[in-house]
Amino acid sequence: MAGKGNASKMGPGHWLGFVLILVWCLLPVVWILMVSLKPVAETTTGSPQFLPKTWTIQNYKDILKNHDFLHALGNSFGIAIIATLLAVIFATLAAYAIARLEFKGKRVVLSIALAIAMFPVVSLVGPLFDMWRVAHLFNTWPGLIIPYLTFTLPLAIWTLSAFFREIPWEMEQAAQVDGATSWQAFRKVIVPLAAPGVFTAAILTFFFAWNEFVLAISLTSTTAARTVPAQMSFFVGSDPFNPPYSQLAAAAVVVTVPVVIIVLLFQRKIVAGLTSGAVKG
Amino acid sequence: MTTMVATAQVKAKASDRTIAENRLGLKLVAPAVVVMVLVTAWPMIQALYLSLFKYRLTVPDDRAFTGLGNYATILSDSLFWKDTLNTIIIMIVTVAIELVIGFAFAMVMHRIVFARGLMRTAILIPYGIITVVSAFAWQFAFSLNNGFVDGWFHWLPWIGTDTNWYGDHWHAMFAIMVSEIWKTTPFMSLLLLAGLSQVSEDMIEAAKVDGATWTQRLVKVILPNMRAAIMVAVLFRALDAYRIFDNIFIMTKGAQDTESSSFLTYRQVIEQFQLGMGSALSVLLFLSVLLIAFILVKLFKVDLAAARGEA
Repeated sequence: MAGKGNASKMGPGHWLGFVLILVWCLLPVVWILMVSLKPVAETTTGSPQFLPKTWTIQNYKDILKNHDFLHALGNSFGIAIIATLLAVIFATLAAYAIARLEFKGKRVVLSIALAIAMFPVVSLVGPLFDMWRVAHLFNTWPGLIIPYLTFTLPLAIWTLSAFFREIPWEMEQAAQVDGATSWQAFRKVIVPLAAPGVFTAAILTFFFAWNEFVLAISLTSTTAARTVPAQMSFFVGSDPFNPPYSQLAAAAVVVTVPVVIIVLLFQRKIVAGLTSGAVKG
Repeated sequence: MTTMVATAQVKAKASDRTIAENRLGLKLVAPAVVVMVLVTAWPMIQALYLSLFKYRLTVPDDRAFTGLGNYATILSDSLFWKDTLNTIIIMIVTVAIELVIGFAFAMVMHRIVFARGLMRTAILIPYGIITVVSAFAWQFAFSLNNGFVDGWFHWLPWIGTDTNWYGDHWHAMFAIMVSEIWKTTPFMSLLLLAGLSQVSEDMIEAAKVDGATWTQRLVKVILPNMRAAIMVAVLFRALDAYRIFDNIFIMTKGAQDTESSSFLTYRQVIEQFQLGMGSALSVLLFLSVLLIAFILVKLFKVDLAAARGEA
């Protein structure tokens, strides 16, 4: 191959692969973006072409006037942010203990986390549906936040404990020797080192809560707590066999924007978080 | 005498410290553990209990104990076995294809020296995007008159023109699997890339100097050294694929016999209010996931031992 022995080590195969990966990752995303920019008529009358014949932003205007969608967007943000905050607090405490302290039951905690990461979410639909009705948690924010917390804690604990293990904790003592109080030492030395890990765990938790669907459609019945994925699945226009695709596409683009922004800003950290917990754990 | 007292004191202090550390450790993990256990163990016990009753929400007072009756009904129902088979097919096919494509992606990404940020961003988008959104995108892409798949890939022998992708079982299954593979391959490739970057370059170079071909280097050096990463990736993806629900709900609503085990469970509980039967299905789903995890762990352990034997 031409690139053999080069510092770059990139042959034509790698270039082709590079292009293929980009097409793979972006094709359906660009497709849904294009559908969202087509007028409604173009998506219902047999027009398989990729680019819109007529470009329009009418779908976005319509979707941003749709109260059910806006309400669901609010629910999604609220529920995801609260679940993330709680998960990060609980996971940070647990991960600190796991990485730093020697205590009995450490292995048990890690095993529980492993078991729950493998737990089939749908198994909870029946019992939670029944329990939440009795406990008046059905169709409420806490009714979704509590199970989301459960299912994001394992990933958050792994990511954070893998991260905390790398922190040179002796630096805290060194600072104390240099005259800092233990609180100062913790705040000035450890917190800045731990913050990126905590942040990564927060992003992964947010993604989970933003994405979750099964519980969102099973444990809600009105727009009071329905999140965007659930609301979108109920998004049928006048004809149930022909949902308004162009508007759905616009809604899809709107809920994808926060994800894309987070990915653009923090791609390096997200990759580190995803792989550290899994590969080293 | 004094030294003995001193050592005893030191010992006491040391054990005091261990006890204190034990206590602090348990206190710190308690909130997380309590939430995780309460929201999974308690409902599962509830499911186990409810599964022994004939319990329909539409007639809540008629709650008769049937023992293992629900399980007998389910296990003798061909729909249950059909759905289980679908789930197993989806799991095996998607994970196998993802492993191959994901590895190829990881090999390319490993060699890319420029535009790493761009690559990482692109690869994270399918991971971060809502499954419901990707399912809608693919459903529309595969739709007969309005999607690009029919227009672009009609030259492929098994596609042809004017294919109704939701018209029969295998076409619909294919569309569902494409959406699943699209969404999760990037995650697989990230895990494999992390494994790949832990394989020492020196070993690969040494094999090259010794005259090993590309295939030999791959099979003899790279893959064996990535065993742990591959195992973790396969284990997680397999269990994840077995829970498939969102794509099926959006793309076919289970039509053309494309239901998965998760979908069947959901439908019994939420659409038909069969809480007893649904709980039995929940228990069976939970047990099958446990069984798959057990089989995979066993399988990998055998492999690990063999690998150690070779070394």
